[in-house]
Amino acid sequence: CQWLCKHLWENDLLLLLCAHLLVALLVLAFPKCSVDLTGCELRCFYFQLTYQQKDQATITGDVCSFGWIIAKEPTSLEEELKEIRRNGSSQDLDGSASLTTGPSPSSSEFEMSDTFYFCRRGIESIVDDEVTKRFTAEELDSWNLLTRSNYNFNHISTRLTVLWGLGVVIRYGFLLPLRLTLAITGVSLLVVFTTMIGFLPNGRVKNFLSEKVHLMCYRICVRALTAIITYHHSENKPKNGGICVANHTSPIDIIILASDGCYAMVGQIHGGLMGLIQKSMVKACPHIWFERSEVKDRHLVAKRLSDHVKDKSKLPILIFPEGTCINNTSVMMFKKGSFEIGSTVYPVAIKYDPRFGDAFWNSSKFGMVNYLLRMMSSWAIVCSVWYLPPMSRQEGEDAVQFANRVKAAIARQGGLVDLLWDGGLKRGKVKDTFKEEQQKLYSKILVGTQEDRSRS
Amino acid sequence: MGSTSSTLLKIPNVEVLMQETGFSPAHIIRLHDRFKALDKEGRGHLCPQDFGAIKELAMNPIGDRIIGAFFSPGKETVDFHTFVKILAHFRPVDKDRPKEPNSPEPINSRSNKLKFAFQLYDQDKDGKISRDELLKVLRSMLGMQVTEEQLESIADRTIQEADLDRDEAISFEEFRKSLEKVNIDHKMSIRFLR
Repeated sequence: CQWLCKHLWENDLLLLLCAHLLVALLVLAFPKCSVDLTGCELRCFYFQLTYQQKDQATITGDVCSFGWIIAKEPTSLEEELKEIRRNGSSQDLDGSASLTTGPSPSSSEFEMSDTFYFCRRGIESIVDDEVTKRFTAEELDSWNLLTRSNYNFNHISTRLTVLWGLGVVIRYGFLLPLRLTLAITGVSLLVVFTTMIGFLPNGRVKNFLSEKVHLMCYRICVRALTAIITYHHSENKPKNGGICVANHTSPIDIIILASDGCYAMVGQIHGGLMGLIQKSMVKACPHIWFERSEVKDRHLVAKRLSDHVKDKSKLPILIFPEGTCINNTSVMMFKKGSFEIGSTVYPVAIKYDPRFGDAFWNSSKFGMVNYLLRMMSSWAIVCSVWYLPPMSRQEGEDAVQFANRVKAAIARQGGLVDLLWDGGLKRGKVKDTFKEEQQKLYSKILVGTQEDRSRS
Repeated sequence: MGSTSSTLLKIPNVEVLMQETGFSPAHIIRLHDRFKALDKEGRGHLCPQDFGAIKELAMNPIGDRIIGAFFSPGKETVDFHTFVKILAHFRPVDKDRPKEPNSPEPINSRSNKLKFAFQLYDQDKDGKISRDELLKVLRSMLGMQVTEEQLESIADRTIQEADLDRDEAISFEEFRKSLEKVNIDHKMSIRFLR
């Protein structure tokens, strides 16, 4: 009976889905063509930036250095200081030092020029630093006909503007209503069916049905966003009793991963519509939802997670260890909590293609509803998901080292920059320990050699 | 991204700025973008907190002094012109620039770079680096890693070597002389792309 109802539902949906898929195909073809057509024009334009002035000077610039203004030299403090001193003390104070054939210069004492290194690094970080730009949307090389990606909206050519206008009509007039209906259908189906399944007794039937329902609803949601996802290495998909970790760019990550496999979600209970969805989901299969007050208690969180993991009949847990949304150009520090539990970790790398629509959620700029509307009015969300082979903590490795190892693997696969910075820096201040590290390094160079001198 | 001419026109007195600093229009635009990114509240000027929000700068032992270099005494804000002019100190020296006899010294000359470094030490701007000022700089660079005696011995030795007129302080000329052989151009320059 249930199967029949589902089938009927799906038939109507099938029609809708077919129409939608057709549109999705057109959409895929269209931006590619338009960007290519205007691609030549755009490139000509960017290669010839004109500066209108009385003397009509023209400048040329190239596209690839957008986002970079300076080239930073990756030398360490030690190397730099040695070089400064080698140049500075070509006349050695004691003649004997020039006779020794060692690699290091004679004097490693404080020089006034030591400040130059810190000064230069400071100014470099003022001009361009690694962290601030991870929390804003990625800049694109050429415009993808979405106003939101065009930072200085200026009239480039009539043809481009016409194409853009057509794009607006299609996206807002045609795609958006279609996607909204799909989204509403998907969410309501999820709530209704999971509640219904909740009445069944625990057992194989319940698990089987819950899996089917979850997958179906998430796939509808994926269509609602026109997400075109490529899954790689599906043989490494997370299994029961494991923890799945992935890099976090937006809330859509959850939908993308959950439409290919069943996971137990972890999170805080919200109010309103989200809360309703969460409560009904947990009726069908066990997810881990925390009350607001419980979130702070790390031991409680760890205990619940490890209890869940020990039960092999329960689904793998899905966790985003960065703790916040990063703009998909880099992977920031993983919080060690989920790596302390001691079960197998299945890393997953998610990389979005920003040309069709930027999926990054800048939570300080846009609220959730605004964000979802923007997602639904982009061309499409194109992304790749790589399932990496499972990893477990090795002998003699602590949680932090393990977390960094997993992070490096994810960054390498997804082509993202691996950063040691904490995503919490989005909102918080730098800890003083970082400054102390720099001071320690410098003092070792100075004082360390002084001790050697006094000994000799 | 987008057309540059209108962005440049939005910046007041941009030709004078380019003339004085030697930055190309493309550099000015990128610096303007950076200025706007740092000026999170869109006030049109920066205050010390905006600089303090840069994580790598907060980690730098002499970060506070570098921030202080942007603000002239008494002023609490930095506008775009001052921002670019200070950063211009770090442009590489133009080797093939013809020496015009009556033009003022370019901001990124060796001497001006040295002056910038000098003011990082000389916080009270009296033209001399006193023993106390030197101790303060050493303390910020070394933190709690060395003892007071070690700091004092380093400071005394430095003053002894550089102080030629025996007034227990290092003037700008003495500073310059002690750094004669250092490749200032390389060490105090940032490679701006394009």
